Formats: sequence, structure tokens, C-alpha cells
Amino acid sequence: MAEIIDRLEMNHITKRFPGVLALDDVTIHLRKGEILALLGENGAGKTTLMNVLYGLYHQDEGSVLINGQEVQIYEPLDALKRGIGMVHQHFMLVPNLTVLENIALGMYQHSEFKLDLERVRGRVKEVAERYNLSVKPDAYIWQLSVGEQQRVELVKVLTLGANVLILDEPTAALTPQQTDALIDLLRQTVLQDTSIIFISHKLNEVKAISDRVAVLRNGKLVFDGNTADHSAADLAEKMAGREIKYPKIQKKDEYGVPILQVQNVWADGDQEGTDSLQGLSVEVRAGEIVGVAGVSGNGQRELADAINGIRKIKEGRIVLDGEDISNHSPQQIIDRGMGYIPEDRLHEGTIPRFSVRENLIMKDYRRAPLSKALFLRKGEIDSRSESLVKAFNVKTPDIQTSCASLSGGNIQKVILAREITRKPKALLAAYPIRGLDIGASEYVHNQLIQAREEGMAVLLISEELDELLDLCDRIAVMYEGKILDVLPREECTKQELGLLMAGVAHGKE
Amino acid sequence: MILEVVIGVIVGGIPLSASLLFASLGEMFGQRSGVFNLGTEGIMMLSAFVGFYLVYLFGSPVLGIVAAMAVGGLMGLLMALVSVTFKAEQGISGIGLYMFGWGVSGTLFRVYVGGVTNIDGIGRIAVPVLKDIPVLGPILFNQNPLVYLAFLLVPVSSYVLFKTPWGLKVRAVGTTPQAADTLGVNVQRIRYQCVTLGGVMSGLAGAYLSIGQAQMFADNLTAGRGFIAVALVYFGRWKPSGVMWGALLFSMAHALQRSIQVYGIEFPYEIAVATPYLMVILVLALTYKERNVGPLALGKPYNREFRG
Repeated sequence: MAEIIDRLEMNHITKRFPGVLALDDVTIHLRKGEILALLGENGAGKTTLMNVLYGLYHQDEGSVLINGQEVQIYEPLDALKRGIGMVHQHFMLVPNLTVLENIALGMYQHSEFKLDLERVRGRVKEVAERYNLSVKPDAYIWQLSVGEQQRVELVKVLTLGANVLILDEPTAALTPQQTDALIDLLRQTVLQDTSIIFISHKLNEVKAISDRVAVLRNGKLVFDGNTADHSAADLAEKMAGREIKYPKIQKKDEYGVPILQVQNVWADGDQEGTDSLQGLSVEVRAGEIVGVAGVSGNGQRELADAINGIRKIKEGRIVLDGEDISNHSPQQIIDRGMGYIPEDRLHEGTIPRFSVRENLIMKDYRRAPLSKALFLRKGEIDSRSESLVKAFNVKTPDIQTSCASLSGGNIQKVILAREITRKPKALLAAYPIRGLDIGASEYVHNQLIQAREEGMAVLLISEELDELLDLCDRIAVMYEGKILDVLPREECTKQELGLLMAGVAHGKE
Repeated sequence: MILEVVIGVIVGGIPLSASLLFASLGEMFGQRSGVFNLGTEGIMMLSAFVGFYLVYLFGSPVLGIVAAMAVGGLMGLLMALVSVTFKAEQGISGIGLYMFGWGVSGTLFRVYVGGVTNIDGIGRIAVPVLKDIPVLGPILFNQNPLVYLAFLLVPVSSYVLFKTPWGLKVRAVGTTPQAADTLGVNVQRIRYQCVTLGGVMSGLAGAYLSIGQAQMFADNLTAGRGFIAVALVYFGRWKPSGVMWGALLFSMAHALQRSIQVYGIEFPYEIAVATPYLMVILVLALTYKERNVGPLALGKPYNREFRG
């Protein structure tokens, strides 16, 4: 076991990547038993700072001190030996190994000729009991749910002897209930000689869990203080560097006719013999935003696929503005007025290596004025792209830049520009702000509200309750391929939505 | 006659499978660590020649085998350098290695040997006691010693891969190199070790072909076995036992094709010769693709600083 870390200091850390100053003279301190939240927008340098501490990167300037002694951390192994463990945002687990094998990978083995899994089992059991974290030691990682994998990560890091835990956006994939459970768990953990650095851009979590908060913006430390002394709005402003208004919809008295109707739809899942959609029905009227709330993996992706013609449906009907579009080709569905903001914005929403210009015309290049006979018209395409980039405020060096090199927020703006300016009758947006920072989220939300004002029927798939409550006229809760209930916005509470998302049926008859 | 043909197929098939087994087990380690080496065929060619030539010069099969393995190891090391350190596209660098081995061995053969020449390689050794088992004894236990070694390497590879710390690292590195890296496993080192080991085993496969099986060298001696070995790794779902069944299946089909010609059965010769290869393609295309077993990072160079 590594010695207990009473005090950890990162002093004047500077890290440069080619062309970018990722960290600029950042200093943070951590005491034993403390939970420090590291708050900042995407690209602010939070993860880079922690990767320096964990030895994945090495700082260009500055020093790391443990209990007053300067230490050199060149490899993750150096960090692990000193008792620093990290749970990465994307879990660092090998899917086709068992839980024990994953943990054994980081443990010292006495013999090169025999893998001693029994010793690992003993250690895991000890840690699991001590911290009240149950894991299935012999299950393969791919068999576990996201919540279970999270626990495996925690057990792994604790088993390896960490007493400073770095958690990089640990709640990104959890339901509200799972998040609460995790927060309780972390609170217990710090009572046992452990301290935690918690990376997040979710303010309510930071408020709920941390003792202190350090805010990073563009690689600089802009704030360091006690969490209790500052309101969430205050912290949001420090993080974004300006005042943030969360856009909300205005109540409407009248809506148009039903535009998108999904009627009792059944569809296969990716695994053979499973139904991902089991008689799902939902309806969106013109000028309305309907939210689909649910923990991801309950059929949301398959629903989006089915509506956009990428997945065959076995039963039921999908109707767009009175026309049956069930099992039509994606091209036919697009032509009938369907807009789509996909979940995987880089790979499904764009062709990553194509330029911004090419991605912007992806759905219209076949028609005048962008093409004539068999030829693309360069002039028209350039001027259309230039004006869209300007109108949607896409930050890109020029229209020839590839989409893959843009930030998530700017990729989303390219997709929004392409989809919304086509004036579709219905728009499906799947997790449109996932992974985006506050500024970009605000922009995306304003665009969706604008689409609603213009009379589009918007179906919004999300697991962020705040987002749903701000934007949706009605919220449908999805669980295991069905809609459990549809609630008007005024009647929803987070508590109730959370329970429904976990599959607990609604109380009223 | 049917029984005769069946026994003929088994007796003929087992020795043929040894070169495939060596190469394929070696390739399996490389692929498990995330690197596929299409150059296996070229490694087998060059090491078959080197092994043959040393026996031709000095008459020592052991020397020939050791030299062939050394040549294979060096070519594996070259593949590792190009694909692991320089992160080149693996498919292309493998084809380069294949052409290198093929061209160099052919040229050296023509310059230093010239024509077909037989050598005294390694003959069969019957295993005492076991060879006296009725029926099975003569079929299974009268083989070239390298054949016994090839089949012995199947359980040994299984043990190494699934029961040792090194094997665990290999499996992790080929699937999720980031995870292995964050736990202090040296991804590049493990990949170097596996690709080099694959080269050594391919070298052994080549040596078996020229010194053990054919006892001569000729252009195109390997006849695509190196590529079949790569396919067998997929066929065997990256497991030593699966690789073994694949090697046996291919070799027996090969032996059957020979028997058909020997017994003078009316069958177009060209199709018979192509059958084993067609069969591998068919089986690969039609078998159930079990999920969550293969190395997910196969073919992808690992670069720590490159991720977000």
C-alpha cells in the first residue's frame, strides 16, 4: 500500500500541445478527506490536468508535491504506486476480460508463470466489503450495465491501493438515482483516509458533492474556493466567463395537427431474438416539442433508427404528415420532410473527413440550385456554405476544414444548420447537448425553441431532466422499448420522471 | 476403399497441418496483441530457404531450424518496428514484408542453388509404446518430431494466453490498449514481443516445410500457407484449439484432394486443388461470429497522446 496522502499539490502546471496552450500556470491543492470539484467547460483543461497527475501526460513546467515532497510521475504506474488512481470518463475496462482479470492487470504478480486470480479475488472481496460496493468478480465486462461497470472501476482503483481518487465525469452515463447513490458512496469513501478530485461540468452535482471547487477556463485557473459559499449560477458564470441564461419554452394554448405519429411499433434489437421496440407509440404535433426521457439503452437509438428508415420495423406504422413512411428508405423519408440530429454527431451526423462545406450540403446536393444535370455547382455551394457558417456562428478556420477537426459544439452547429434550414416538417434530435459545454448547449436549445416557434414537430430524446423540463411541451418516458407514460410539462417533477425512467410504473390510474 | 481413403486423408493430413499450426499459433499471439501480420507468407518463404540452405551447406537440420527461426524473428521485429513504432497501416506493411521475403528467397535460391536439390532433412520418429496401439498407433504416432512439437504447442499456447500474467496483458493490449496503459502495462513492448514471437513461429513453420516436409526448396514452396495461417486465426476465433481444428480441417481437405488424384477418381484436377482454399473462405463466411471474443483493437496502432 502506498503511504496516505495528507496533502497533494500541483504547482504552476503548464502543458502545451502543438499549437495549443492546454494548461497555463495552474495551481491546485488537495487535503486528506476532501472532495475537490474541478469544474470547467469542454476543452478548459480539466482532463489534461488530471492526466498530468496520473502520468499520462507530463507537464512542461511546474511540479507535483505529495506531503511536501516533489515527485516525478512519468507513467500511470508511478501514479498508482503513490496511491493516485483515476476513473476515466470512458471506462478503462477490457470488455472481453472478467472483472477479476481486469483488476489483476494492474496488480503485481508474484510469478510470471501463473496468474494468481485467487489473491486478486481476496483483495477485491476485502475492498468490496469495506466500501460496500458489490461486484460480480467472474462476470465479463461486456455483460455488465454501465452502472455496474462504474462500480468495477471504483473497486479496481481502490483495490490497487489508491487514496486519492480522480473521477472524470463519473455520472455521464448514470440515471439520476444512480448518480445519487454514487454521491452517497463517495461521501462514505472520503471518511476512510481517501480524498477525491471530481471532474464535472454539471453544477448541481458539484454543489451536492464537493467541499471545494476549482474552476478552469481556457487552461487557466479562474476560481478556487469553498463550494458552499457560491451559488450554482455564480459558478456557471465563472465557468463560462459570462452570464448564462437557460432558454425555456413559453406555454402555448394551441398546437397544430399531428405531424409525426409512431403507432405501436415493434423492431428487432442488435442482438438476435430481442425486441428493442415493443409496441411503442408516440405523437408529435406541429409547433410542439415532445421529449423522450429514459436511460439510454432502452430503445432510444432503435427508435431514432426506425423513424429515419435505418432500421426495419416488424409491426406498426410510422406516419409523417399523413403519409406512411414505415420502412421507406432514408432518402424517401428525408424527401418527405424529416430532419435528424443524430446521437453520434461526428460519425452519423457528418462524414468526419469531409469538409464543413461538403457536410453542409449533404442532403441537398442533388437538387437545384446546388447541382445542375450531373454536376455540382461550386459557386452556389460555396456561397450557401459561407452564409450558413455565418448564420449559425460555426467557429471554423474556413469552409474547407474537415468536420473531424471541429469541437463537438461546432459540429453540432453544422448539423443544425443543415437540418433546420431545410425546413423539415418534423425534427428528431437525439441527445443534442450531450458532451457540449454550457455556451454551446444554450445555442442548441435556442435553435430547437426557434424550430418549435416555426411550427416544426420536434421529438427530443434525452436523459437530462433539466433539458427536458426546460424545452418540452410534453414528456414521454421510455422504458424497455415502450412508452410508460406521457406527461404534460406542468405535471412533471424530476422525482417522478426519475422513478419512471427506472421502470417504476406511474402511481395514477 | 472408403476406409483406405479416410485413413489416407488422416495420415496425409496430420503432417501437412504442422506448418500451418506453427505459423497460425504465432500469428494468433500477434493478433491477440492487436497486430495482424500479412507478411507471414514471406517470413515462411525466406526462413524455409535459409533453413534449407544451411542444411544443404552443412548438413545440420538443427542449425537450419535455429537459423530459420532467427530469420523469422528478425522479420517479425521489422514488422513490429514498422507497425508498432512507426504506426504504419498494418495491411500494407504486411504485404510489403511478404513481397520482400518472397523476392529475396527466390533470388537467393537461383543465385546460390539454382535448381531443385534434395537434402537430408528430418525424418519420422515413431513414439515407443504408443506406436503399437492398434490402428491409431501407426496413424498418429509415427511422425516428424516437429509435428509432435506443433501439437504440443497448442495446449502450451492456451496456458500462456489464459493462465499467465503475460497472456493477460496480451489479451488486454489487443482489446483496449488505453485500459492496459492506465494500469501500467507497456503496450508497445507487449506488441513487439508478440509480433516477434509470431515471426519466430513462422520461421519454424518455414523450416518445417523445407527441412521436414519437402526436404527440398522450390519457388512457391509455401503455396499460400502463410495467408491461410492468417485466415485460420479468425477461423479459430483467436483460440489455440480453434486454430488447431482449422489447421486440421484445411490439411485434411488438402490430403483428400491428393487422394482423389492418387486413386484416379474422375474429378477435375483444377477444382480439386482449389477445394481446400475455397473451403476456408466458405467456412469463414458462414460460421457464426461469436461477439466479444476477438481483439477489438486489431489493426489499430496505439498512441497515448492522441486521444482527447
